[in-house]
Amino acid sequence: MFADLPLLSLLIWVPVIGGLLVLLTGSRSSGLEARVLSLLVALLTFVLSIPLYTGFDTASHAMQFINFADAPVVWIEAFNINYHLGVDGISMPLILLTTFTTVLVVIAGWEVIKYKPAQYMAAFLIMEGLMIGVFASLDAMLFYVFWEAMLIPMFIVIGVWGGDNRVYATIKFFLYTFLGSVFMLVALIYLYFQSGSFSILDMHMQPLGLTAQIWIFLAFLIAFAVKVPMWPVHTWLPDAHVQAPTGGSVILAAIMLKLGAYGFLRFSLPIVPDASHTLDWLMIGLSLIAVAYIGFVALVQQDMKKLIAYSSISHMGFVTLGFFIAWTIAEANNGSMVGAAMGMEGGAVQMISHGFVSGAMFLCVGVMYDRMHSRQIADYGGVVHVMPKFTGFMVLFAMANAGLPGTAGFVGEFMVILSAFKANFWIAFVAATTLILGAGYTLWMVKRVLFGEITNDSVAALEDINKREFLVLATLAVMVLFFGLYPAPLLEVMDATVRHLIEHIAVSKLPASAFAGAM
Amino acid sequence: MTFDMPNFVPAMPEIFVLGMVCLILILDLFLSDRSRVVTYLLSQATLVGAFLLSFGLYSGEQVLTFSDSFILDPMASVLKMVVYAAVFMVLLYSRDYLRQRGMFRGEYFVLALCGVLGMMVMISAHSMLTLYMGLELLSLSMYAMVALQRDSAVAAEAAMKYFILGAMASAMLLYGMSMIYGVTGTLDLSEVSNSVAGQERQLILIFGLVFLMVGVAFKLGAVPFHMWVPDVYHGSPTAVTIYISTAPKLAAFAMLMRLLVDGLGSLHAQWHDILVLLSVLSLAIGNIVAIAQTNIKRMLAYSGISHIGFLLLGVLTGAQEGYAAAMFYAIVYVIMGLGGFGMVILMSRAGFEADQLDDYKGLNQRSPWFALMMMFLMFSMAGVPPFLGFWAKLSVLQAVVDANMVWLAAVAVIFSVIGAFYYLRIVKLLYFDKPVIDEPFKPSFDLAAIFSANALAVILIGLAPSSLMTICKQTLGL
Repeated sequence: MFADLPLLSLLIWVPVIGGLLVLLTGSRSSGLEARVLSLLVALLTFVLSIPLYTGFDTASHAMQFINFADAPVVWIEAFNINYHLGVDGISMPLILLTTFTTVLVVIAGWEVIKYKPAQYMAAFLIMEGLMIGVFASLDAMLFYVFWEAMLIPMFIVIGVWGGDNRVYATIKFFLYTFLGSVFMLVALIYLYFQSGSFSILDMHMQPLGLTAQIWIFLAFLIAFAVKVPMWPVHTWLPDAHVQAPTGGSVILAAIMLKLGAYGFLRFSLPIVPDASHTLDWLMIGLSLIAVAYIGFVALVQQDMKKLIAYSSISHMGFVTLGFFIAWTIAEANNGSMVGAAMGMEGGAVQMISHGFVSGAMFLCVGVMYDRMHSRQIADYGGVVHVMPKFTGFMVLFAMANAGLPGTAGFVGEFMVILSAFKANFWIAFVAATTLILGAGYTLWMVKRVLFGEITNDSVAALEDINKREFLVLATLAVMVLFFGLYPAPLLEVMDATVRHLIEHIAVSKLPASAFAGAM
Repeated sequence: MTFDMPNFVPAMPEIFVLGMVCLILILDLFLSDRSRVVTYLLSQATLVGAFLLSFGLYSGEQVLTFSDSFILDPMASVLKMVVYAAVFMVLLYSRDYLRQRGMFRGEYFVLALCGVLGMMVMISAHSMLTLYMGLELLSLSMYAMVALQRDSAVAAEAAMKYFILGAMASAMLLYGMSMIYGVTGTLDLSEVSNSVAGQERQLILIFGLVFLMVGVAFKLGAVPFHMWVPDVYHGSPTAVTIYISTAPKLAAFAMLMRLLVDGLGSLHAQWHDILVLLSVLSLAIGNIVAIAQTNIKRMLAYSGISHIGFLLLGVLTGAQEGYAAAMFYAIVYVIMGLGGFGMVILMSRAGFEADQLDDYKGLNQRSPWFALMMMFLMFSMAGVPPFLGFWAKLSVLQAVVDANMVWLAAVAVIFSVIGAFYYLRIVKLLYFDKPVIDEPFKPSFDLAAIFSANALAVILIGLAPSSLMTICKQTLGL
């Protein structure tokens, strides 16, 4: 039934056009039309994304749901840019995560957003379409267009509906990301002249000298490291998260951060494998700093959103660690790349699970913020006495954030730590500190906010979550537990693609003889 | 002795515009203030007529006439058509503005059309003398236009500055031309080109080149010859600013191409270095100083300087791809510049110039539609895809990388990130701030329509920029 539909195109354009329609409803009346219409569009997009999973061939590593069979669909002839879409086992789950999260964000903003709800909802829908575009693009320039265009709605969302210091935060967010991506643009243009096309798959096959590879790698690194974000270019994230409205934080944490990690998998590793190999020490080092150092930074935060933002950075360190540890594993195991797959898959799983867990954590903070208008840990205490249902959910998500077995947060981290042991004890040791640190900062916050005696009158006056909030949190709770207890569907989807990627990066792209026997 | 009748056909648009200028000049004397709209309509009709003539004359061929001092090639035809279209838009934008300030007189239109004629002559010049004639016709019209508002002190100051500096630049240019004439013994650009080949190391040629470049850089407004730009853009009535800042840049681009590429192509190694310097300085000063501006016209002036820096990047590659990219950039810049100053005209009323950044605060609450349109323009100028400005930057960067100057591309993108800041600040004012003025924002219908069309063009052409780029490539034989 769905086989004939241009699914990926629909997934991109249904929310974008839906968002424009929502804008047309204007800011008059209560904004109810805008909300209902947005919810319908978001649900429709989600429904449209399900066939991506059901129709996915897990045995194949090739791109699927490609939007043309033989001749490319030309978008801009003069620049040789094609409208080329397709997904593999890495991008498909991320698209599902995007459509799923957007539905929750629309519901979560339902009556909370009073100022210009139509524009708010439209911004998220348009952003959804653009983010799916990023994941689905197989043409580098198409990718870049979506990648940059996505910043605009986020810039507006943080700036219009954000907190007191929103202007600073949103301009910082935009400029950091923009600065990162323009270098990627130059690298992509360079690659275009090397490979003769903007097709990402052609770039994967393009042989390159080591010097060129290293420059390209660094250009990509700036773009993706800002987005992930990796230490030391992470400073925009706490600001952006703290100032953004709840929906903005959720999208940022659940999806936008994944774009950077996705970039490493789609661009850095396959296009410049030798530079990735040469510089993997740098990536491992930065990842470990993110895991350990940022973990300590999270411990001392007074602001809940900031704490979760730092914990996000720390968790994303696992993702990049899992991606770049492959060669260390191979060297420790006489050149066998077998163990490498687990690390990379762990990183990919961590991307998805962190999407659920961090999104859920930000939603929980949002629930409290809507009632108290404070994010300070010190303003809370004893919430459990007045909000028992809410506390149940938040404790669950906090456990997942700390990486408790049985929750989604455990699977990816465990796989990465396990593969790190195959590589080097000390790498694994530093990575494993997160088990203590993560538990420390998360549970300490939970203890101070939720438990203990009721500290002040405003906490005493809190009301427990309503049906709408219950629905959102319960859905997320189901997902967190499901992927924690039974991650097989996710691993199955990713397996072929990750294995193929490992095989691909194991082959040097250098001109013959220059780098013989290094692998 | 025989006298061959020159071929007038290639110059038909010029002859037509000249005739119409004379007609309008005389006719206007007999019009009362109430029927002044006739002047306006005739001026627009002139532009439409010239457009049709140029369109009819368009062919892939190169035609020389008037003893080879006048050329009609595809580049000339296309640039002229863009000039007509741009001035057409300028007049549309200006009508209400001029009316509200008692400036709705024949002079503005006659001078604007004279300027158009000057641009046309510059674009079609095939001899340094023709080029200079066109340039002076354009410049003198613009000096007068800046001074049109007689009782405004700022405008008078701007006109004075513009005139003195402009005259000096013209003198430099003329001096350079005379040196080149001294070496080559000819003013005809193809003969210059033939005669220069083989004597690239002639010191006097280099001197001539440097003086030429000073003149051209002044007209383009490239750093360090940019001092007049902010003052003139700021001091002139906005209806004049929008004229000065758009179409003449196309003529200046044509001048650059005629002189450097057609005439002194074999000195590429020499002018390449000069252009690198000019463009990097323009990118740096334009983008950085724009941040410090509180007046939006000055800000747009500096932003224009930085755009010129980008345009020069395309030219300095010395490759056809680069020229095509620069031409594309010039056209895109004109579209965005029209929108940028159109925005200032849109916001202004009688007695309120809307040239302070704070005047734009909170527009989203007063009129979400126009806030959105202005946001499109700002992101386009910042070079964020999918807006038109991004493709212009992309095409130039491609040409630069293709010419093996990746470092220059990196410098250019760094400055465009710095530049993004002040465009974002406008978006911030429009969306994030509270309005200072509470009254609803209701511009007149036609102004609203033109501005919306202009801003929508930036996104719609941005989604399908292929045909515009293809035109630019074709005119340069790619």
